[in-house]
Amino acid sequence: MSKRTASPRQLSSGSDRVFEGLILALAAVIVLVFVLSVYQLGTESWPALQKFGLNFFTSRVWNPVTGEFGAAAMIAGTLVTSIAALAISVPLAIASALFVAEYAPKWLANPVGYLIELLAAVPSVVYGLWALFVIAPILGKWQTNYFTSPENLQTLTRCTELWNKNQTSLECFFVPSSAAGRGLALAVIILTVMILPYTASVARDVIRLVPQDQREAMYALGATKWEVISRAILPYARAGIMGGVILALGRALGETLAVAMVIGDSQDILKSIWGNASTMASVIANQFGDAQETLHRSSVVTLGLSLFFLSVVVNYVARLIIARLTPKGIQ
Amino acid sequence: MSAATTPRNTRHQLSPARRARNLVMGSLIVLATAIVVAPLILIFAYLIREGLGAMNLDFFTKVPAPEGETGGGLANAILGSIEMLAMASVLGVVVGVSGGIFLAEYPRHPLMPSIRMISDVLAGIPAIVMGLVAYGLIVLKFGFSGLAGAVALGFLMIPIVVRTTEEVLKLVPQTVREAGLALGLPKWLVTLRIVLPAAAGGIVTGVMLALARVAGEAAPLLFTAFGNSQINLDPTKPMSALPLEIYRGATSAYDENQRLAKAGALLLITLIFLTSLLARRASRRK
Repeated sequence: MSKRTASPRQLSSGSDRVFEGLILALAAVIVLVFVLSVYQLGTESWPALQKFGLNFFTSRVWNPVTGEFGAAAMIAGTLVTSIAALAISVPLAIASALFVAEYAPKWLANPVGYLIELLAAVPSVVYGLWALFVIAPILGKWQTNYFTSPENLQTLTRCTELWNKNQTSLECFFVPSSAAGRGLALAVIILTVMILPYTASVARDVIRLVPQDQREAMYALGATKWEVISRAILPYARAGIMGGVILALGRALGETLAVAMVIGDSQDILKSIWGNASTMASVIANQFGDAQETLHRSSVVTLGLSLFFLSVVVNYVARLIIARLTPKGIQ
Repeated sequence: MSAATTPRNTRHQLSPARRARNLVMGSLIVLATAIVVAPLILIFAYLIREGLGAMNLDFFTKVPAPEGETGGGLANAILGSIEMLAMASVLGVVVGVSGGIFLAEYPRHPLMPSIRMISDVLAGIPAIVMGLVAYGLIVLKFGFSGLAGAVALGFLMIPIVVRTTEEVLKLVPQTVREAGLALGLPKWLVTLRIVLPAAAGGIVTGVMLALARVAGEAAPLLFTAFGNSQINLDPTKPMSALPLEIYRGATSAYDENQRLAKAGALLLITLIFLTSLLARRASRRK
């Protein structure tokens, strides 16, 4: 004790420096994980990138037998499933956020808000299992019904000819190609459910941050509740909701197993929304384990690298939007 | 915010069109909320109906029967999940809490902004990509192992723990730190003995949420822990996990495997819900 009082500054600054160094070293592991990820994915995808170059991203052929790998079909699959799921889920998510923040009485708002948050806690495999065992049979039944009408069968025959030529038309794009229930449409359905809570919880938080004055001023003008929501609340919360939407997009792009279980794992170009397809993440899950040749393996890792950078960009943009908005909301 | 705030005396002046639109949009919002919540209830009901029957003593004590035979359980997966999550927590908590301390207690450090940004960015990396990274780092050199799976899960936990730790530490009033410093305590003792204990509850909550989050991940384990049809506690050998068995069972053609997958899904989802419920309770009490 007497020693410490003798030179407190020296003693404490010495031990402080050690502690700071230790904490910094441990925090630097975060950076290390990031750097190692980039390095690992980079070196492993190098053979594919060297062989195919930028053609990797534009070529439609993905053929492990001939050793040709192009990711266009999977990139399209990822974009189509994510954007379609986003288009369906965003209105639903915003509506549920409005319900929790504006409509529901408190005794109902809390449990409903919690249930929506729990949607985000359900594991991907469980969603996949449910989609496979419950939704797929329902879709399959609908598809079987569709084929029982002779008129529809004619359309199908016409479309099959077109599909066999690797072509499609706007009409055929919505014609079911099998009665299996699985395929792109099922992937979109399950992705929609999975990304709902991300948009919904961000939207709920920003809607709650809309100042009460904003609402009251609108009510004072004689507005109805819907008019208050559509003209005072939603325009004010717009930017924040957009952040939530982009966050959900990031989730949708990287969602793996639920999609891999239901999408049918086909690397052909997309001919019907009911047909088998694949996304970048689903190809990694379905093929990396079986990929023996270096080039195949390297091509799968290149998909992972692309997904890595894609999610870095998407999440960065989302956080930028949310961060820019937050200080204004707190004031 | 309820209907009561709408001035009642203006109601009769509303044009029918405006009143109708208000009513229609209100009903649509209620309907949409019902659609959003429905899947959760449907999934839980389905798993209880299909999975509860398979949850007997064998389910917890036996390993899956060979394909085509009946009986067996998921003891290999339950033990594997527990062991890998414990190992992942060590990595996630040590690095995550240190990262959170660094971000909250050294805000003026020149490296602070970049570490915070990288941590945020890591939070958005798809889990399967982390599996590929752990594969390259560990599996390529040492083969499939429970440790490789735990590292992948730990990588996924780090950014979640960093974020909650930082937020909770910032809630500790500055005056508490100043009081400690005024007593002559060095900064590291203030941090370790005063600030951290004050924030301990919140940090535990964050770790539980992170655990709930990674406990359901199968994607990063596919090429790391790989799975094991026998009980294995040796972290240097392939190990099974609940989400892995659910994935294999759900995509299997055998009824028996599907039955186990449904029971496993019920167990997993119940544990995850309970964990997040507990975490939420704890954080609300604070």
